[in-house]
Amino acid sequence: MYNFDFEKPSTIADAVSALGSEDAQALGGGQTLLPTMKQRLASPSKLVSLKGISEMQGICTADDGALCVGGSTSHADVAAGAGAYPGLAALAAGIGDPAVRARGTIGGSLANNDPSACYPAGALASGAILVTNTREIAADDYFQGMFTTALDEGEILTEVRFPVPEASNYQKFEQPASRFALVGVFVAKYAGGVRVAVTGASEEGVFRWTEAEAALSGNFSADAIADMAPGEDGMISDLHGTAAYRAHLVGVLTRRAVTAAA
Amino acid sequence: MSQVTMTVNGKEMSGDAEGRTLLSQFLRETLGLTGTHVGCDTSQCGACVVHVDGVAVKACTMLAMEAEGSSVDTIEGQAAPDGTLNALQQAFQDHHGLQCGFCTPGMIMSAADLLKKNPQPTEAEVRHHLEGNICRCTGYHNIVKAILAASGQDVSSIAAE
Repeated sequence: MYNFDFEKPSTIADAVSALGSEDAQALGGGQTLLPTMKQRLASPSKLVSLKGISEMQGICTADDGALCVGGSTSHADVAAGAGAYPGLAALAAGIGDPAVRARGTIGGSLANNDPSACYPAGALASGAILVTNTREIAADDYFQGMFTTALDEGEILTEVRFPVPEASNYQKFEQPASRFALVGVFVAKYAGGVRVAVTGASEEGVFRWTEAEAALSGNFSADAIADMAPGEDGMISDLHGTAAYRAHLVGVLTRRAVTAAA
Repeated sequence: MSQVTMTVNGKEMSGDAEGRTLLSQFLRETLGLTGTHVGCDTSQCGACVVHVDGVAVKACTMLAMEAEGSSVDTIEGQAAPDGTLNALQQAFQDHHGLQCGFCTPGMIMSAADLLKKNPQPTEAEVRHHLEGNICRCTGYHNIVKAILAASGQDVSSIAAE
């Protein structure tokens, strides 16, 4: 990879300032960014590690009961520490492998918004609030297509607030080589209704399957969505699976998730 | 270039690093600790697993500068100073847990990470924990057996294959 300057600030304010220089890039755990840089698909002039910022680490419960996860919290720490939201803890425990989970961060994953990543499905299905150094963004407004988010240049994802559902489950059908989600479905049941978010399937990145949400909000059982699948238009088609295959998997995995959560 | 300092296998060590210097590269080329292997350099194979502040990470996907001030444990620090192998290393030897040996440093470090968190894992838990460690000789069976043996479990009923 091309060389760059490295900074590891200890406060959000210092990180924002360090990210002000041209072509500077925030670094979470580096489990996606460093391989990308090795392939010279990215060549920032400066990396600003967010791992030294203690106020962006850890998990807590807000006054309204939401689970608050600091942006620099590793997948391993969410897997071990998000007991209040078991569906989310299980999602974190299934990302990559143990060494990757030890380094990778929730903020890094959500800022990158890989179309096959797990966290976008968890955040969107939860109607999470994505907190940055300047504002709060609702998950419904945050995800804007493959590798695209509402984050501005230099804006840092400092915390994610997850309303804790009554029941939830994440089902991932792994692409056998990369173990990324070929399709992943997160189902979350709240008092106000059910939310279903799908990763890995769409060319537009993570999306809500509203048809299933409507059916499940009336009857939270796999029967309510029997034989249902989203249309194959706009689904990813590649050597790992056709668009029709992915659309079919969305239906299957949603039913599995509902059965596991109910 | 700037100077990076970390505690490696209990000893404070320093060396020059660029921003882009990987921890694996720093250990191997700057500190001369070539026991940490680089198999794929894409964080798939796990041959480069070391412990940073007590946690297993892939040294090829971490910058040397990120480990500034950290405590790093590598395969070189596993045996006693007189060369006596630790329980895991001895179990790998006893149960033929290596063939070409290239993946072994990462296997040992990942296994040590597992046994620290889960001292008596099941076979399924061992296999799951080694998801990010690839043995190109496909010698997984005896690797798993060695780890179970090192955890003090009876492996006599597990056939050698």
